[in-house]
Amino acid sequence: MNRMALAAVLLATAAPLAAETHRVEPGEGAAERLQEALILAAPGDVIELGAGRFVLTDGLSLDVDGVTLRGTGMEGGSASVLDFTGQQGAGEGLLVTSDNVTLRDFAVENPKGDGIKSKGADNIIYSGIRVTWTGGPKASNGAYGIYPVESTGVLVTNSKVSGASDAGIYVGQSRDITVRQNIVEYNVAGIEIENSRNALVTENIATRNTGGLLVFDLPGLPVMNGGNVILRRNVVADNDTPNFAPPGNIVASVRRGTGVLVMANDGVLIDENAFENNPTAHIMVVAYTQPFTDARYNPYARNVIVGFNAFGRGGDDPQLDGKEQLLAAFGGTLPPVLWDGIVEKDNGLKIATGVTGWSLNLSKPGQSLAEAQPGPLMLTPVESWEFPEVGAPAALEARLK
Amino acid sequence: MKRRSLGLLALACATFGAALSHATVIAPEPVNDAAIIGAAFPKALSEFAFFQDAREQHPSARVHPYALNTPLWSDGAEKLRFIYLPEGTQLVADGAENSGGLLQFPVGAAIIKTFAFGEGADRRLIETRVLLHRADGWVALPYRWNAEQTEATLALAGGRIDLVTPAGETISYAIPNKNQCKGCHAKDGQVIPIGPKARNLSVKWMAQMLEGGALDRLPPGGATMPVWAGYTDKAPAERFARAYLDVNCAHCHQPGGGASNSGLDLRWEQADPHAIGIMKRPVAAGRGAGGHDFSVLPGQPDKSILLYRMDSAEPGIAMPELGKASVDKQGVAVVRRWIAEMK
Repeated sequence: MNRMALAAVLLATAAPLAAETHRVEPGEGAAERLQEALILAAPGDVIELGAGRFVLTDGLSLDVDGVTLRGTGMEGGSASVLDFTGQQGAGEGLLVTSDNVTLRDFAVENPKGDGIKSKGADNIIYSGIRVTWTGGPKASNGAYGIYPVESTGVLVTNSKVSGASDAGIYVGQSRDITVRQNIVEYNVAGIEIENSRNALVTENIATRNTGGLLVFDLPGLPVMNGGNVILRRNVVADNDTPNFAPPGNIVASVRRGTGVLVMANDGVLIDENAFENNPTAHIMVVAYTQPFTDARYNPYARNVIVGFNAFGRGGDDPQLDGKEQLLAAFGGTLPPVLWDGIVEKDNGLKIATGVTGWSLNLSKPGQSLAEAQPGPLMLTPVESWEFPEVGAPAALEARLK
Repeated sequence: MKRRSLGLLALACATFGAALSHATVIAPEPVNDAAIIGAAFPKALSEFAFFQDAREQHPSARVHPYALNTPLWSDGAEKLRFIYLPEGTQLVADGAENSGGLLQFPVGAAIIKTFAFGEGADRRLIETRVLLHRADGWVALPYRWNAEQTEATLALAGGRIDLVTPAGETISYAIPNKNQCKGCHAKDGQVIPIGPKARNLSVKWMAQMLEGGALDRLPPGGATMPVWAGYTDKAPAERFARAYLDVNCAHCHQPGGGASNSGLDLRWEQADPHAIGIMKRPVAAGRGAGGHDFSVLPGQPDKSILLYRMDSAEPGIAMPELGKASVDKQGVAVVRRWIAEMK
């Protein structure tokens, strides 16, 4: 091929002219070498982390499009570990602010704030990333493990987060999202989708958190109107860790033993999941509970569908006022779905045939729980429903091949 | 007058060639425009020739010192600020209201800020940060001074240095890396200057610049922010607190800024109480919330997240996240008074 033709092909595919691989090994001066490599990378370059422990005192950051940061593994003796135990500055371990970045096969330990944050970073992939606070659940741990925000195109897969004092995997104010085949344990919230649209959360294991999977829409943020979220084929089990979130945060209100919690949102499908031993409720669907002044905000949970899920033991030790009376009234164990009963209009909760639950029979958002009149869920089940297919763009999946 | 005669002398030298190169008066070295507008990251600060005497921070021709009414606090560092304008160019006053009167810089201009600790003969230059206005946008670079104070070299990855602040605290001072420079200077993904806004510059300085032809006109709304050094307990706390929060926080906490997702907007011009934190619940504060429910709870500074984070030096809690290893006691006192007096 002559040079002109080659140039034409390169232009046509927008491929980087000469993507390079830069390898950074742990050891003396590793922090500086790694940060320099992240700064000097050209679009399309690969930065390889050697195996071992990188001891870091400051947060790292990446601001070059199309870079892959790749380690030798997230677990075991040959892992690449970014160790922030002695961190002195910055709000997170690694901050990504550029598009089309791939992060894979390394671990982040004990960041003082969040683990990895990507902000305004479209089409980002997190694959095989472990974020761990090694001291177990503590209020002094950072808030989020994996934290993409304000982004379009997010894929989080094969990753593992434990110890986050807010959410292990938190996707906020974003759209076109897939969170698949991750393990989240011993966090306050396992996975949280907040103020986001078109999210697929599937084939994850959420266990030993306070709450397994959360779908929230909150007022007063630049991006609102969350919805079109699918929770499908997840294992949500043994979420029984007492809430250790610092007070003041919205997740501090999550009851120990919550499997799925939907708060506000427009369109959430909960289907084909397996629930086991979530002592307060396998599924909870509620309106936003706090007062707010944001005129753009809709506090109702709308178009939420509880489809065909497998419900094991649960609701047998709820963290709820009047627990004893409730358990007695429902025969020793609460049915799997807890609904506050609050509807905007005819777009309230829908359940598939065979789904049982109970309702607080409240009527308006923010109403005191003291006014609840608990009773069995009285909804006419539906056999089928329509819901849009959602998730990250196919191009992101292709990049991992 | 003096500068002009030196310029004439330089011209004379060029005209008469080597014969005059041994003249007793040496023309000052001009600023290296190529280093500013080129694609490279110069390895040493001296390559720019911004200073005739860098140790003493004596600037070269067309490098104008300036000061801000309310400055960003950085562990009490003394800051020496300069603007370089290439020959034949000037600053343009911005009429756009939402920019706070940010002066517009020609391509080839540079903004230089040196951080120093210590008084008089004991003054040590720690770092000099430069913002270079290149054809494709601004580039921010940090330079670290050597122990001998003879040169500052590029510190792309930043660095740390132990020092004692004016308040007597021993800290590990962090020089930001190149990305962290952008972390504060980015709006909507582009690097921009933060400081030189008409509202935070003195009218006297702007008049001098105008007179010298370095500014096209006096911008409206100049010097509307208070002079921080003039604060007293009798001054209106709100004006000082809002100026402080704008200068110290709003580069991230504004739409398009690094902390836009928090929904907190601390710009001077923001009038919506909820946006500046009043009765605003935290979003992603984590343990930074300190057990409090609101960013600002009127009348209750000790229950306000904003003050709690200002008053901390602990990573993960402290705000700002960068450029601070100790607590600004005066800043805390002013913001505390503002919240306490708030109805």
